[in-house]
Amino acid sequence: MDLAIKPVLLGTDLLVYLLIAMIVMFLLSLKKNPQNRDRWRQVFSTRTGMVTFVIILSYISIALLDSLHFRKQMEPVAGQETTEVYYSNTINSVLDVMLGEMGENTERTYSAPLSLKSWVNENVIAEDGSITRAQPALVHAGQHLESPDDKVADIIWQSLVGAAKGLALAAVLIVLHKQMIARGERATGIRSTLPWRSAWITLAIVLGLLGLLIHLGNLYHVLGTDQAGNDTLYDSLKGIRTAVLIGTLTTLIAMPIAIVFGISAGYFKGWVDDVVQYIYTTLSSIPGLLLIAASVLMFQVWIDNNPQFFEVALEKADAKFLALCFILGITSWATLCRLLRAETLKISQLDYVEAAHAFGIGHAQILKRHILPNLSHIIMITFVLDFSGMVLAEAVLSYIGVGIDPTMASWGNMINLARAELAREPMVWWNLSGAFFLMFTLVLSANLFSDLVRDAFDPKTRVEAAKA
Amino acid sequence: MSQNMNNQTALTVSGLEVVLHDKPDTKILDNINFELRKGEVFALVGESGSGKSMTSMSIMRLLPDALKITKGKVMLGETNLFRLPEMEMSTIRGSKVAMIFQDALTSLNPVQKISDQIAETLKIHTDLKGQALRDRTRSLLEEVGIPEADKRMDWYPHQMSGGQQQRVMIAMALACEPDVLLADEPTTALDVTIQKQVLELIKSLTISHNLAVLLITHDMGVVRQTAHRVGVMYKGEIIEENDCDAFFKNPQEEYSRRLINSLPDTTEFRDLSTEDNVLEVKDLQVHFPVRKGILQRIQGYTKAVDGISFTIRKGETLALVGESGCGKSTTGRALLNLIEPTGGEVSFHGDRIDGLSRKDMLPLRRKIQVIFQNPYSSMNPRMTVGDIIEEGMERLRPDMSAEQREQKIIELLTRVHLEPDHRFRYPHEFSGGQRQRIAIARALAVEPELIICDEPTSALDVSVRADVMDLLLELQRDLQVSYLFITHDLSIIPHLAHQVAVMNGGKIVEYGNTEDVLNNPQNEYTRTLLAAVPKVDGSSETAGEAQLATA
Repeated sequence: MDLAIKPVLLGTDLLVYLLIAMIVMFLLSLKKNPQNRDRWRQVFSTRTGMVTFVIILSYISIALLDSLHFRKQMEPVAGQETTEVYYSNTINSVLDVMLGEMGENTERTYSAPLSLKSWVNENVIAEDGSITRAQPALVHAGQHLESPDDKVADIIWQSLVGAAKGLALAAVLIVLHKQMIARGERATGIRSTLPWRSAWITLAIVLGLLGLLIHLGNLYHVLGTDQAGNDTLYDSLKGIRTAVLIGTLTTLIAMPIAIVFGISAGYFKGWVDDVVQYIYTTLSSIPGLLLIAASVLMFQVWIDNNPQFFEVALEKADAKFLALCFILGITSWATLCRLLRAETLKISQLDYVEAAHAFGIGHAQILKRHILPNLSHIIMITFVLDFSGMVLAEAVLSYIGVGIDPTMASWGNMINLARAELAREPMVWWNLSGAFFLMFTLVLSANLFSDLVRDAFDPKTRVEAAKA
Repeated sequence: MSQNMNNQTALTVSGLEVVLHDKPDTKILDNINFELRKGEVFALVGESGSGKSMTSMSIMRLLPDALKITKGKVMLGETNLFRLPEMEMSTIRGSKVAMIFQDALTSLNPVQKISDQIAETLKIHTDLKGQALRDRTRSLLEEVGIPEADKRMDWYPHQMSGGQQQRVMIAMALACEPDVLLADEPTTALDVTIQKQVLELIKSLTISHNLAVLLITHDMGVVRQTAHRVGVMYKGEIIEENDCDAFFKNPQEEYSRRLINSLPDTTEFRDLSTEDNVLEVKDLQVHFPVRKGILQRIQGYTKAVDGISFTIRKGETLALVGESGCGKSTTGRALLNLIEPTGGEVSFHGDRIDGLSRKDMLPLRRKIQVIFQNPYSSMNPRMTVGDIIEEGMERLRPDMSAEQREQKIIELLTRVHLEPDHRFRYPHEFSGGQRQRIAIARALAVEPELIICDEPTSALDVSVRADVMDLLLELQRDLQVSYLFITHDLSIIPHLAHQVAVMNGGKIVEYGNTEDVLNNPQNEYTRTLLAAVPKVDGSSETAGEAQLATA
């Protein structure tokens, strides 16, 4: 019974699964629409498209692994006879399991990357009772070393071992994928022209790096530790889920509002249009930050007054996070709504909509069949573009203190802490750099990818390409 | 045409070859040779995509990035334009070689006064300043025939009509006294009466400024009226080049003959003997409210259609003719109940159909269908051709099963001379003419008795236009459908219509049998319209010459 676990479903997890389901449905719908399939093919036929997609996919898979939550069963206290099973108060995820003990190896306070000693001088009591000021040895770094002098050689060796593990996994995946493609080519007789090599190389690099970091991270603090002694690498990796979620959930919440309002305003015109326009003009004239800050604080009060809904701390943090997504979503639909309204106004004047009217097709059918599909490029482009904007917004909000709960790992929180750390002399730089590097890679990939998506889907760029 | 004594060559294009940057094997232009002489209009004719515009873009070295000039040279006097550095080339553009475009409104800057836009060119290429600059601008505008030039030079482009905008464009092109004028479809976007005036202006300027003009067009009528020499372009090559007269008398190539013959015969008329009225329109009015102020109060009405009456009989075609903005398309939409009429009666087989609700109109939707002008916007690009044709049947023929509908789609596609397999394709895979056939198939799917054709051929190339019209006639013969044919092109009417109604300013000014109206027009406006139609028979050419002599 010592392996018993209790799965936990957080509110955000539910939305992640929903998101995955939507992506699968989207992929299936591609099969039906050859035009869209061609456009996506255009996106993936470039090396940049493949590389950025693999990177984004890696982030999403890490976020997904981090969304499979469970609580471990507590070992019964010795001598206490009980039939009831108690579960741990901390919620773990599959990612935690894969990262090994990285998250549990906490030190007393700051330590530099790959260091064996603490970064802060403390009073050390020697065996003879005398007290000296020195940097104490870390509890969880390099414990397997026989002498501190072996450190550099050991780090190189362990890096190679870790990278080899990652590359081996990558090799297996690549070979499997190659066979899949070969089977597809045999079945259809068409040679795949997509730049798979770039994708494989990126996959190898990502997995190799991950293997290295995880393997080494269990022996040393690869990116050092923060003020509370938590491993920075672990925090940075846990921040991925927060970032990916806030990026996608917020856009997914904003989108239905924008689509429903935008299309009905543009199609029905008249008083519907007036109402929608009044709503979004009002909304966009309130300073967004103020509205978000006020709503987050209000929700915080509600959480504090209703502890009965939340069993453990992470559930509270999760609820707050979900609320933040909603608030960000509700405040950010105006731009897309305006775009969709304008485009719908244009499309509803087109002859094919008139023709549908002449056939007596109902409003719902016209919206579904003629308007919505012809807006999909705008929706798609906005989704991908907004994604990176939201990741950055989270960092800014956490920085000013109205964002994610401090108990939840997020890059914004890390950057917030770094504010004081960067002012120290010597500087504590590693905390910021972990968050910065991961955020930079994600946002850059998302931006490059969204450029490609826009090139492929935007009718204007396509017209230019066709003319040329 | 040998009236030019001083046939000096202004610009020579020789051996010009343009390829796609990515695919050097795809030749967009192949071995283009021609010369432009001073005081002469050289017309380059061909259908869309034949490379006419690319030729003029190559001369200006303004090709899109995806295209590359690989061979040939363009000699302007003694200078090879392809050898010049970009800096020198930009001084040549505008000052030696000027261009005018099809769509004047998009080529003019909407937020600048026209005087400033003309002055801008003058400032770059001359040293005129202050009052002198203004005077020159005004004299240019007067020269291109803008009335009250003194007042209008401070107008913005949108305040002028399409013809005037095109005149401003010409004034801009003339600003620096160029040697060569490249006119890319300068009149395609204009109404026939305006087109005639603009062409005459270009022609008289050719003589007075001793210009060498390259006129790019797809309209043989325009060529006949304006050009001295003609080059026919087909798939990136000039297949025939000749003097205008000789060309029209004796075209050498089969393709040239097709282009000339695609101009419809204007001497035969159709007649019909039936008394079975399908549609009766009495005193139809459509007024649009003009709203002003913060509260959007109705301040007045635009009378788009102002009391028109006509009757269409079974198997008959009524042509509704007029220039843009005369209310002819609004009439069509009102008959389809897409716009609510303000007044009047519309009866279909004797039953009133105006003012019916969406639901009550439903049974009648089967009977009245529509074909639109632009085959590129009349079909949802996200639906397959099969789905497009099926849509109406799904809604209006609930009695049909899916198999029956499928059968009907195949039958219809064959009927409009397309392949049954085309139903799985998307509209963008078809040419303009094929799309228009699909649009016809879509309208026919519900077996209507009346089809409202809103300029169904005006967006099509000339040779395709004839095919589509023949198809419409064939369908009328076989299925006894009636057409309300809305058009601005009088030249196609004799071939097509039994009756003609000429519309101007929301009213029908003349209505009667095609033969009577065309041969013996009673109304002044009808006569102006008829006179403006470019003809190939040579008579208008001499008329133009006579006018030039006096100009």
